[in-house]
Amino acid sequence: MGFTGPLADKDRIFTNLYGFQSPDLKTAQARGDWDGTKALMAIGQDAIIDVVKASGLRGRGGAGFPTGMKWGFMPKEPKPGKPNFLVINADESEPGSCKDREILRHDPHKLVEGALIAGFAMRARASYIYVRGEFIEEAAALERAVKEAYAAGLLGKNAAGSGYDFDLFVHRGAGAYICGEETAMLESLEGKQGRPRLKPPFPAGAGLYGCPTTVNNVESIAVVPTILRRGAAWFAGFGNPKNEGTKLFQISGHVNRPCVVEESMSIPFRELIDRHCGGIRGGWDNLLAVIPGGSSVPLVPAAEITDAPMDFDGLKALGSGLGTAAVIVMDKSTDIVRAISRISYFYKHESCGQCTPCREGTGWMWRIMERLRDGDAPVEMIDRLHDVTKQIEGHTICALGDAAAWPIQGLIKHFRPELERRIVERNRGKMLEAAE
Amino acid sequence: MAERHFAPDVPELRERWGAFAWDAKHAPRAAEILARYPEGRKASAVMPLLDLAQRQVGEETGTQGWLPIPVIEFVAAECAMPPMRALEVASFYTMYNLVPVGRYHIQLCGTTPCMLRGSDDVLAACESRGIKKGYTTPDGLFTLTEVECLGACANAPMVQINDDNYEDLTADSMGAVIDALAKGEPVKKGPQIDRQTSCPEDGPTSLKKMAERNYDYRPQWNAAHAGTDA
Repeated sequence: MGFTGPLADKDRIFTNLYGFQSPDLKTAQARGDWDGTKALMAIGQDAIIDVVKASGLRGRGGAGFPTGMKWGFMPKEPKPGKPNFLVINADESEPGSCKDREILRHDPHKLVEGALIAGFAMRARASYIYVRGEFIEEAAALERAVKEAYAAGLLGKNAAGSGYDFDLFVHRGAGAYICGEETAMLESLEGKQGRPRLKPPFPAGAGLYGCPTTVNNVESIAVVPTILRRGAAWFAGFGNPKNEGTKLFQISGHVNRPCVVEESMSIPFRELIDRHCGGIRGGWDNLLAVIPGGSSVPLVPAAEITDAPMDFDGLKALGSGLGTAAVIVMDKSTDIVRAISRISYFYKHESCGQCTPCREGTGWMWRIMERLRDGDAPVEMIDRLHDVTKQIEGHTICALGDAAAWPIQGLIKHFRPELERRIVERNRGKMLEAAE
Repeated sequence: MAERHFAPDVPELRERWGAFAWDAKHAPRAAEILARYPEGRKASAVMPLLDLAQRQVGEETGTQGWLPIPVIEFVAAECAMPPMRALEVASFYTMYNLVPVGRYHIQLCGTTPCMLRGSDDVLAACESRGIKKGYTTPDGLFTLTEVECLGACANAPMVQINDDNYEDLTADSMGAVIDALAKGEPVKKGPQIDRQTSCPEDGPTSLKKMAERNYDYRPQWNAAHAGTDA
């Protein structure tokens, strides 16, 4: 289809995104949640998976893996003693990301209903929603919604009158970014330190408690009921091919009015910012660079991002990524080296310490970044740093090592002259001091 | 990796906390948590129970709460796991306070999205009131910790104080929050500017009808594409 213009309100899934109205069951039902859930499930488990496949929905947690295909990996006939589990990833911790939070606290019934339908489709009898520990108000709102759903017969035995028994539990984390990695999340759910597991086995084979498990992002699950109600073709009607759907964008940083907003996939960056954020602070000429998908993806300089489509493939073509659609905007007042160095500190802080390249490398990279902030390094250090990022990337169990390496690679790729300028200026300052 | 250390396991600590057990308020909640996990999987409850224990310690001490080693051992027993496994968990996750904190634990986000919007100024507002990063004030009222992204980036800069977020801060509004808490006055939570949650500051650019009433968009679903009917 391609981008056909900004999203109309009638095509927005998360209508209570800002919490103007109550998140409670009755009010949510009046907006359309839990409307004929039994009939949505009656089309059958494989038919639901087929609709999700046809909708083009790609995982909203960052990696963009096709959701329907992922569900298809689950055993269709669970073995006795090895039940299928659905785990929903609400450990929203990627710097820049703040969308799942709005679903949890303002539209939780979309998630609860989605959990039932998704759980049913992949033959799970129970699901855990892993909410990051710091989302205290959000987890409480979700727990209220789950309680309401149980009381109304929408969860538990014969959930929503479907004849299917399904339980849903809320589990809170306690402050560890790494638990957003799916196998670390499973470790954490089992009551251990959140340290990613080696794959294979993949969770669909051996996940939570050694049972087949699928881990999906909150947004991926919460959009499913609406996709079933309106049809795969409706959802696939937004965005460029292979990047279909609507998406919650989270814009932070140097725009006039930061916000979270649901838009069509593939919306051009400029249109997203002008329409919803009141433009760039100080005007478009003042834009320096954008991190378009959360801290893990490389930055994109102003000239390249302005007309780029905000979707998986469009941003990949710029050497970056859509990630969680957490758009961090930086204007020309930004100390770009410090901005990236702070991200390096984040990864140093959040490394679980399991793999040596990440445990040692994240700290080393951060220390070098701090020196480069002041130009306190020989020029060759830039290449050395780049070399180290390459040695970390791809050499760790999980993608945290990659995520720590990419922002620095993006900085060196696009802002090497700035790094060199700081080194030259510092050296000139030192020479002047010596001459005096 | 974050460096974290347990409070020393000294006789005084054992004497104060050795007899820790759920009180009447927290016992039902503990039972509810344990019931969420399958048979033989009590270890899964360790994280929520450590959080619950920290809250009970907080209520007993008039602070945000922390986890003395005997309390962690109690939770380990509740979860039928070796104490060492629970200590591993407590030391891994940053929300478990391993040493006492003040009545108000200010967790200031300093990650890039907040940094871009002025978290330095928010930090300066704390410091100008004698609240220093990594320390508790002598009166035991405030502890300040710089934390990593708290997931409210569209409302940056922000802090979390105990269970509540304070968002869209400036040096002035941060100062006002601290002063009000110190005086025991009520404080508005959430955005500290005139703004509805993560909606654009001067009003919604989409879903404007929702701001007025609980609008049902379903009747329009099959209507022809009508552009942005905000």
